[in-house]
Amino acid sequence: MTCGSRICDVGFAIRGMSPSIAKQGARSYSGLLRVDRFLLIVSTICFFAAVVRTGLALRAGVFRPGRFNFLAIGLGFVFQTAFLSIRGHALGRYPLTNLFEVFNFLAWSVALIYLLVGPAYRLSLMGGFTAPLVVLLQGLALIAPIDVHHPVKLPANSSLEFHASVSLVAYGAFALACIAGVMYLVQERQLKTHQLHSIFYHLPPLTDLFTAIIRLLWLGFILYSIGIASGFFTGRPLPHLQIVAAIAVWLLYAAILQSRYFRRIAPKRVAALCIIGFSAALTLLWGITFSAQTHPLP
Amino acid sequence: MNLFCVGLSHHTANVEMRERFAAGAGAERTLRTAGCAEALVLATCNRVEVYGASERRVSTDEIAQSLLQHSEASNHGHNNALPFYRYEAEKCIQHLFRVASGLDSMVVGETEILGQTKRAYQCARASGAVGPWLHRLFQRAFRVAKQVRTHTEITRGSVSVGSVAVDLAQKIFGELDDCKVLVLGAGETSERTARALISRGVTDLRVSNRSIDRGQELAQRVGGKAVPFDEWPQQCREIDILITSTSSEAPLLSRANLEPTLANRIDRPLFIIDIAVPRDVDPAVNDIEGVYLYDIDALRSVAEQSLAVRRQQIASAEAIIAEHVSDFLAKISNELNRVSCLTGHERVADDSLHASQL
Repeated sequence: MTCGSRICDVGFAIRGMSPSIAKQGARSYSGLLRVDRFLLIVSTICFFAAVVRTGLALRAGVFRPGRFNFLAIGLGFVFQTAFLSIRGHALGRYPLTNLFEVFNFLAWSVALIYLLVGPAYRLSLMGGFTAPLVVLLQGLALIAPIDVHHPVKLPANSSLEFHASVSLVAYGAFALACIAGVMYLVQERQLKTHQLHSIFYHLPPLTDLFTAIIRLLWLGFILYSIGIASGFFTGRPLPHLQIVAAIAVWLLYAAILQSRYFRRIAPKRVAALCIIGFSAALTLLWGITFSAQTHPLP
Repeated sequence: MNLFCVGLSHHTANVEMRERFAAGAGAERTLRTAGCAEALVLATCNRVEVYGASERRVSTDEIAQSLLQHSEASNHGHNNALPFYRYEAEKCIQHLFRVASGLDSMVVGETEILGQTKRAYQCARASGAVGPWLHRLFQRAFRVAKQVRTHTEITRGSVSVGSVAVDLAQKIFGELDDCKVLVLGAGETSERTARALISRGVTDLRVSNRSIDRGQELAQRVGGKAVPFDEWPQQCREIDILITSTSSEAPLLSRANLEPTLANRIDRPLFIIDIAVPRDVDPAVNDIEGVYLYDIDALRSVAEQSLAVRRQQIASAEAIIAEHVSDFLAKISNELNRVSCLTGHERVADDSLHASQL
């Protein structure tokens, strides 16, 4: 499953090369790492600018879903992409080798889905909610000592990389569904209590938010199903605990969608379950990556 | 050139007085005969104002006479103590910017005034009464109004019970085209609210009243269909919005009788607008999941919150206006200086511009 079969497996020793070439390669790799870290910091600053701008605007009560947030997030996304591209180039494979890279890939997926979905559903304020999550993920990745390089480089495994990246993009969709769920609950609460704050006038209607939640859940669910299915074709042994946990998350989302399909639960509960579901998925992702780092498979 | 505004508004005159001076077509021509090089009449239900540009000072009395000539109520006699105000130069510019931005309106931040100002400008322009001065002034006023609306929350929310209800409905359902509405009771407020909903796209409207005749009458007036009064509880299974305003002494709708009805529509919200006094709906109904109940006090409270926010935004709007007034004055002063240089006249000092040149 995701990272289960050594997603976090790549070191930077360049096998099969003479020591001097390997040394040179290692030097250029560490140079690239400095550049990519810089790009990641710039990207985080862009997202942080969107957070600050939204916070100040909401505090002043004059939030306008203007171009600034979209541009800041778009620019942040460009730097994220550049970061992942440089990392991937240096590693010679998808940059999903440790928790640091997984967090950043997840942040990139969240931004990607937002940029695709946000304008389509006129969920402009979603940017204001998305940016904090990205800042949190990238900030954590930058601060915590999780950018660990493995001493041994394993050959690239395209099916494993496909499995991991599709699963992480699915996580991005679940993250956005979670954010839309938070927006739904905020809006719902204000309507129930008759206390309409500034944010109320900028949030989309409840029914539009709910439609967006369901579409994001479907998108995430389809991608996650593909991710899980492809996990069985990686050619590596799969830890049972991780399979069980991944299937549990899949079942949770399947249950949410099934209940919605048969109209068994109210939209408010679906919104709340999106938050719970994503928290569970995130915990699983962390668990998988952590266990893969601490107990690498042979 | 003197730029001035002479007028009366809801601040200074009652409706009878405003009606007396509400000039019809042709007033601008008369004003030009009276000495105005350019003239524009802005007549709305809350104000009658003349904006003009003239070489010599045209007195307020002359303007009032011109307006009276074109007013339908001109035969009512002329009152000596007219409640007209007069703004010249900078004050005139500031006043127009405030008017166009809705700061001088009875309901602060209302946006109808901008449309009315645009229409007045187009009429005056079509009749040839607007020249370069008023053209620039009004174009800038439209820009200022737009900026004020964009950069402040002066137009945020609704400030009347009917429009608050409609806004809330849109915040719950988005587009109202597919919404089914039931009006319970044929009162005046419920009719107004129903009409407001129809104006925003509602097409499926049902009316239920104890007196079937009155119910049918209202249904006919608003283009809905009448439903017998004993059938309204079943309607709750289908409808999205319920407007109640019956004269019932006891609540018609309680949590106990609504919950079973809603069991099969768990995925669809129900918005209840209870404008009856005493209330038709038990407040505990609001605790049901997916039900949003607003009684008259709640709607008023939302309207007041909006009005309070609008008032808080006045300072920001005034700051934008002040900036534009100075900029507009500076641009005009530069232009006058350029013209003076070309024609060999003395340079126009800024101070004298404000007082006499403008």
